[in-house]
Amino acid sequence: MKILVPMKRVADPDNANKVKISPDGTKVTSEGLESKPNPFDEYAVETALRILEDGVGSGNLRGEVVVVTVGGDDTVRQVRQCLAMGADRGIIVQGDDDQLDSTIVANVLAKLVEKEQPNLVICGKQAVDGDSNQVGQALAEILGWPQATFAGQVEVPADLSSATVTREVDGGAAKVKVQLPAVISVDLRIVSPVGVNNNVAAGKEYQDGPRYASLKGIMKAKKKPVDTMTIADLGVDQTLKVRTVNFTAPPQRSAGVIVETVEELVAKLRDEAKVL
Amino acid sequence: MSNVLVVANIADNEVKKAVLSTAAFAKTVSGYTGGSYDILAIGDDLSGVKDTLASLGAGKVMLAQGAELGTALAERLSPIIAQVATQGGYKVVVSAATSIAKDVFPRFAARIGAGMASEVVAVSNEGGKLTYVRPMYAGNVNGAVQIDSAVEVVTIRPTEFDAIEPGAAASAVEEVALPAAEAVCGKVEFLGFEKSVSNRPDLAEAAVVVSGGRGLKSKENFNIIEALADALSAAVGASRAAVDSGFIHNDFQVGQTGKIVAPDLYIAVGISGALQHVAGMKSAKTVVAINKDEEAPIFQIADYGMVGDLFKIIPELTEAVKKIKG
Ligand SMILES: Cc1cc2nc3c(=O)[nH]c(=O)nc-3n(C[C@H](O)[C@H](O)[C@H](O)COP(=O)(O)OP(=O)(O)OC[C@H]3O[C@@H](n4cnc5c(N)ncnc54)[C@H](O)[C@@H]3O)c2cc1C
Ligand SMILES: Nc1ncnc2c1ncn2[C@@H]1O[C@H](COP(=O)(O)O)[C@@H](O)[C@H]1O
Repeated sequence: MKILVPMKRVADPDNANKVKISPDGTKVTSEGLESKPNPFDEYAVETALRILEDGVGSGNLRGEVVVVTVGGDDTVRQVRQCLAMGADRGIIVQGDDDQLDSTIVANVLAKLVEKEQPNLVICGKQAVDGDSNQVGQALAEILGWPQATFAGQVEVPADLSSATVTREVDGGAAKVKVQLPAVISVDLRIVSPVGVNNNVAAGKEYQDGPRYASLKGIMKAKKKPVDTMTIADLGVDQTLKVRTVNFTAPPQRSAGVIVETVEELVAKLRDEAKVL
Repeated sequence: MSNVLVVANIADNEVKKAVLSTAAFAKTVSGYTGGSYDILAIGDDLSGVKDTLASLGAGKVMLAQGAELGTALAERLSPIIAQVATQGGYKVVVSAATSIAKDVFPRFAARIGAGMASEVVAVSNEGGKLTYVRPMYAGNVNGAVQIDSAVEVVTIRPTEFDAIEPGAAASAVEEVALPAAEAVCGKVEFLGFEKSVSNRPDLAEAAVVVSGGRGLKSKENFNIIEALADALSAAVGASRAAVDSGFIHNDFQVGQTGKIVAPDLYIAVGISGALQHVAGMKSAKTVVAINKDEEAPIFQIADYGMVGDLFKIIPELTEAVKKIKG
């Protein structure tokens, strides 16, 4: 079993309010902010590891997890972070974030799927910088594979022949069973203690959240292979279909007043805001 | 000529406000492109909604109906939308950013080789080129994007567009001849849908939302949020921490990666105001924050803040509201 996890590097999402727009409005810069794996992609790595482990937290994988990214050279740091969690190897396809759109990324990933022949692609539901929520679905279409997006829970049989996915959708949860190969995109709840059931590592529950890399994991990751190639090497058309022509700062809300009592609050809501 | 296609997925035999907002968006865009708009509705049985759909000012309404369409599997819907979009020669294909559209539209866009803009909040015509504004970085940056493909695929945030006023049921209505299901449909099986039950107003469309966070501390305590919501005829929302702690179903999470809401009144209770949460509610007209920590970032964006213990304040507020609403 081989699982491919596409990972995008993003500026520290907990400080997204500190990104800056260049004076001419053509660029967003995140200088001074730490670069991190997109959180959903970290969840995707965690999901892949949980699917393949032969016991909760065992670290013994019944297959291979390959982390792939389209990004700058220095993305190797975030790739190694994923390898330190337990993934086996990495592939970096060099590309400048400004020169990518979902179509290009999905086509690059499709080429990597062709080369690597994984049984499963597990990606994040959205990259929290672009907030597009497109790549996994586009990839599934290009490959002609079934998709299970917004996965909050995944169950695989012990022989890893299919995946039953509980999807977080409007109005509730939809359950689908996909035959492999397939694309799964993961939502927040996938890293809850019961997010993944692989019918092997039964009994014990996972901790809440993605695992931290152990010191041993970090040491091991340094020696794990990371291949680098270019988009041109893969023969993917690099013409942008979606261009951002400028960036602007949205209107900001400002702090209002602090009220002392419930009566005061109710009076303001009724007489001033007129919402009661 | 019709050059904008609105795709409406119909559940529960109901045309939601999101569809009316999408029609309004289509009307604006067709004004720029000098044409009109059509509606493609998809569902298991559209007999109950076709008159409403025909009253939204569209050139025509196309109905894609079939028992198997109720499950809204992307593998099935993508070729259907692609067929209608291609045969009709539409320039722009748009849907509200519901979870179905988020699932299906990128797949459909890839199928026809189109570029796509997600969760658009404004549109303009810049020298003949449609320009879409979309929030990025958890709503901290607005990107203006243009799409360079024959068809432009768009999802919109319905909260940012006024609903169109239905008129007479004047649009022509026709049935779509469905293409045969493709092989990939045999590789995905729909096993069921578990509804997150609520008899309160729909979170995405409610005029008033009361949201609770980690500060509620337990599922039982979350009842006080529900009591206040009921007094206000409001929808209930939550932070990610409240959902992750099991206080409430994830369908009620407000934020960058949850529901985007824009009510007249949003009351945040025991929520710190992380930027991922704020991304989902900052378009509310009036924001009230109740938090015991006066440093909580939520106060930076609240019109009215009250510093104190929510377990004391909320029951008091609920009683006060009940008195007013009688
Ligand atoms: C990839 C990703 C996506 C995310 N998406 C979302 C999202 O869509 N929506 C979202 O909400 N979050 C999201 N988050 C999580 C977000 O970063 C915060 O962790 C979360 O919003 C915090 O929830 P909270 O405010 O309820 O909890 P906390 O930050 O723990 O705040 C609890 C608050 O309650 C107050 N409080 C405690 N007791 C009382 C009391 N008795 N009376 C009054 N006040 C009290 C405290 O002072 C505190 O301010 C996301 C995170 C990641 C990494
Ligand atoms: N540049 C990239 N490199 C690798 N994977 C990516 C890249 N961009 C997006 N992805 C994957 O696609 C998912 C959805 O991203 P998006 O459609 O951009 O919101 C992410 O969570 C990643 O798993």
